[in-house]
Amino acid sequence: MKNHLGPLAFLLVLIAFPLAVRDPYYQHLMILVLMWVAIGSGWNLIAGFTGQVSFGDAAFFGTGAYTAGLLAHKLGMSAWWGLGLGGIFAVIIAFPFGWICFRLRGAYFALATLALNEVMRHTATIWESLTEGMVGILIMQTFVSKIPYYYIALAIAVVSLISVQVVMSSRWGYYFVSIREDQDAAESIGIDTHYYKMVSLCLAAYLTGLAGSLYMNYMGFIDPTIVFSLHDISIMAILVGIVGGVGTVYGPAVGAFIMVAVSEVFRTGGFGLLEKLTAATGSPVMVLVTKYIKEAHVLTFGLLVIFVILFLPNGVVGGWRKSRRSH
Amino acid sequence: MAYFETLGLVKLFGGLAAVNGVSFDVNEGEICGLIGPNGSGKTTIFNLINGYFPLDKGEIYFNGNKISGLKTHKICREGIGRTFQIVKPLKRMTVLDNVLASAFLRSHTKSEAVELAEKTVSFCGMTSLKDKVAGSLPIASRKRLEITRAMATKPKLLLLDETAAGLNPVELEEAIALIKKIRDSGVTIIIVEHIMKVIMTVSDRVVAINHGMVLAEGTPEEVASHAGVIAAYLGEDYCAAG
Ligand SMILES: Nc1ncnc2c1ncn2[C@@H]1O[C@H](COP(=O)(O)OP(=O)(O)O)[C@@H](O)[C@H]1O
Ligand SMILES: [Mg+2]
Repeated sequence: MKNHLGPLAFLLVLIAFPLAVRDPYYQHLMILVLMWVAIGSGWNLIAGFTGQVSFGDAAFFGTGAYTAGLLAHKLGMSAWWGLGLGGIFAVIIAFPFGWICFRLRGAYFALATLALNEVMRHTATIWESLTEGMVGILIMQTFVSKIPYYYIALAIAVVSLISVQVVMSSRWGYYFVSIREDQDAAESIGIDTHYYKMVSLCLAAYLTGLAGSLYMNYMGFIDPTIVFSLHDISIMAILVGIVGGVGTVYGPAVGAFIMVAVSEVFRTGGFGLLEKLTAATGSPVMVLVTKYIKEAHVLTFGLLVIFVILFLPNGVVGGWRKSRRSH
Repeated sequence: MAYFETLGLVKLFGGLAAVNGVSFDVNEGEICGLIGPNGSGKTTIFNLINGYFPLDKGEIYFNGNKISGLKTHKICREGIGRTFQIVKPLKRMTVLDNVLASAFLRSHTKSEAVELAEKTVSFCGMTSLKDKVAGSLPIASRKRLEITRAMATKPKLLLLDETAAGLNPVELEEAIALIKKIRDSGVTIIIVEHIMKVIMTVSDRVVAINHGMVLAEGTPEEVASHAGVIAAYLGEDYCAAG
């Protein structure tokens, strides 16, 4: 019970957040953080706990988003049905993929996930009769206020974290970590490694697809370059997973917060600070700096990964745990 | 039909026949020693029995069932446990979690698995180490963990691959005692060992192999005095000592 007190207190803060902070901009950022908690938790299950690194989470995210979008666009249903079905369709993509590609080990599997990402993006671009291609899908958002979205996102994040917690303390969790630590040893103690890798991948795909359908409902617009983005979704998922702490239940929650903040700082050029500086000084150098910094977040993401690996190999959560234990 | 039986096992690596027509039987409840010089194919035989390598030829029967062709995890389920000569601890898990991961195989619930893991850890004399991270263990404890983890799958037949290598004399005595204790608990054992003292004291029967073929078979004394075995395996060392 003592272990749950911290998270419970934090949950209360999160429940109170949109009532205390009325600025829709910050509410928007928190919705993104909560969505990334779900994606990061999924990535962490398959990569962090099971050791099968995915570079293609966008394949599942995009599938979830398109499921919600197409239900509304093609069938005239509410896009909210996507919350139920988006994860399931992501699993339908993950299942045959895993069945075939889990014959591959290590870096080869990672490359296969990258390929899946690209196949899905191209398919969504080319199959215009179904997806509208690059035109994208626009739906009517249900709410004007951000608060309902916030609470739905919060529910999804909490469900993700609890699911991972429950799974990881069960037989499945022990099997996942055994596979990560040594696949041959795992087989020799009776673990059907192919089967349990599939279980882990399908759980991960479900959470990621769920997040994707939330994104469709919340943003109201998707196209293939947004939801199947290698860089904005797949790489970001890896960063959320490792910055917070690979193979820790709450790591992705911390990672989501840090990564959404970092990418927002870059997207806005230091929350407009750079633009103000540029305007104040009128220097052409500042104009260039602003432009590059805004575009440099890919580079910064890379530097951040290097920093984390060098100084916090267990991520923020893992590193903190360790230093606490040594007291 | 014998309790455990291999029939004409063949395993080729490129042009090399690492195992070349190996047939032998093991009776229920006995400890069968498998000896031979380095590179004679002992580990490969274990890898064939446990399905880690596919067989090029031959069949394996256990407890009345054909097990050759089954996947490794199925063979474990059939009741064959193994240790690895090059130990494979689940490094970032504690000793107890290593054993728990394998105890799930024969348990319906987690609490059942925890109970079995605790019992096995204590049976194998690892209780004082159970909260240590496996990656931090010295070699003697890693070897013991291999045995403990295999035992938690409740094997009927246990394959031990050089679990006594690299141990000091005290640890060696402990290892011998543990092996006997496991046999006395009703587990049949095939043991690969270089240290003659271990093989001679624990084995009921010995199979000697060389170049992937069976050279001699019999009681430890018979095999130790077999001319071919002395030449191939024990060599001058043994002649000088004897
Ligand atoms: N995976 C492998 N690939 C190629 N050759 C192998 C492999 N495993 C073992 N061998 C070869 O097979 C022969 C038998 O090896 P091994 O079974 O390990 O011997 P032992 O355990 O008796 O020392 C050796 O010549 C070894 O080099
Ligand atoms: Mg060997």
